[in-house]
Amino acid sequence: MNKGLLIFCLLLTGTAEAQKYNSTKGSISFLSDALIEDIAAENTAALAILDASSRQLAFSVPVNEFQFEKKLMQAHFNEKYLETEKYPKATFQGSLSDFSMTSKASQQVTAKGKLTIHGVTKDVQIPGTLLIDAKSEIKINAAFVVALKDYNVKIPKLLWENIAEEVNVKIDFTLQPK
Amino acid sequence: MSLSVRSALKLFSVSVLLMLVVDATAQDDLLKELEESAPVKAVYTEATFKGTRAVNGHSIETKRAGELEFLISHRFGRLNSGAYEFWGLDQAFIRIGFEYGINDRLGVGIGRNSFNKIYDGYVKYKVLRQQIGIKNIPVTITAFSSLAIQSVPRASDKPDILFSDRLAYTAQLHIGRKFSQNLSLQLSPTIIHTNLVDQQILKNDQYALGIAGRYKLTRSLSLNAEYYYRVDPVEQTPYYNSLAFGLDIETGGHVFQLIVSNTQGMVERTIINETEGDFLAGDIHFGFNITRTFQLVK
Repeated sequence: MNKGLLIFCLLLTGTAEAQKYNSTKGSISFLSDALIEDIAAENTAALAILDASSRQLAFSVPVNEFQFEKKLMQAHFNEKYLETEKYPKATFQGSLSDFSMTSKASQQVTAKGKLTIHGVTKDVQIPGTLLIDAKSEIKINAAFVVALKDYNVKIPKLLWENIAEEVNVKIDFTLQPK
Repeated sequence: MSLSVRSALKLFSVSVLLMLVVDATAQDDLLKELEESAPVKAVYTEATFKGTRAVNGHSIETKRAGELEFLISHRFGRLNSGAYEFWGLDQAFIRIGFEYGINDRLGVGIGRNSFNKIYDGYVKYKVLRQQIGIKNIPVTITAFSSLAIQSVPRASDKPDILFSDRLAYTAQLHIGRKFSQNLSLQLSPTIIHTNLVDQQILKNDQYALGIAGRYKLTRSLSLNAEYYYRVDPVEQTPYYNSLAFGLDIETGGHVFQLIVSNTQGMVERTIINETEGDFLAGDIHFGFNITRTFQLVK
């Protein structure tokens, strides 16, 4: 009797354990559209995790994994602007607005939480879309603008025409149940 | 019976409490969980030095894969040569050089230097790279080997000089470490073999130890220093150990290196072995390196 109750209670605790989804594919890219040149880079080492029951979302980006066409630019990005030896990761943690786990249509969602870049944390709201496909994978997409000065990323005067003060960031994750 | 009901209730409330705790910490734990699941990767140390040269001599740095560096170096005459020589600016020597990154570790370079009309070529290879992550390696070690062909004197003036007499070989290990964001140091054990020397003043095989450092003043400015100590040179040597200071200024694809040094040479044999100036007596040459990097292969 006692044992039965114990198992029942444990099961109850067990169901509280959330249904978590981990990213199998992730890409974060950005474009800096400036007067003299456009600078683009992509990072496919980004990771994301979503707790579908509590709608908690987190992602983590190893900043030194951004790939640029020009390797010198990549080195400067790491050494001089994002200081990746000091701040190796950019992260987001927060929650998604309500969405349906049964809908097969693309849903508008908003991620609300803390975005940390270059060691600076800001409260942000990022609109995006969420789609649950036939294989029960969750696809999350978002595009937003990051102002470099918000994150204390300084552009030297000599280069202001090469680097835009605001960069367009795109996020693309595919998540599967853990 | 009542005892078991009570204990069951207790257990139930504990479970509910647990659920609440789990929920409250879910957000923090989620990021932590993510970080813990992240694969560990090698993170290589970037920019131990700004340029492929510490000051006069080479640094541990090579060009990255597909990068071509165009490097123009000037060394002027002595600052203490007076107003008539415009404090050395009238006697400029120039080296034009290229360095290319075959991959992130292997580089090759060529150059032509008007000081003693020397052609040079070299190979650099990063044997070890300073990194954290999978392995912790505290230093970068770059093996360097160069060949210098001195075309002074002209063959028609000295027909008895063979081609082989014009050659000098240098082998170096550059062992460098970036200690912090701002400070990097490098040691460079060196051997220079010169085929033809005046044995009164030079050795065919000269050993030397170089030490170089970089200190970052701002994001785009750094102060460099470099000293080459010759081990047991010829007793009557008229030459000095090479001492040089540099200021690196970086702007996008360019690096400007402003230099003061007691050597006017721009290849290892002349920098390390045949430095003619006494720094402390004011035999100081002003000079600069200008580099431009092109991404040839993307």
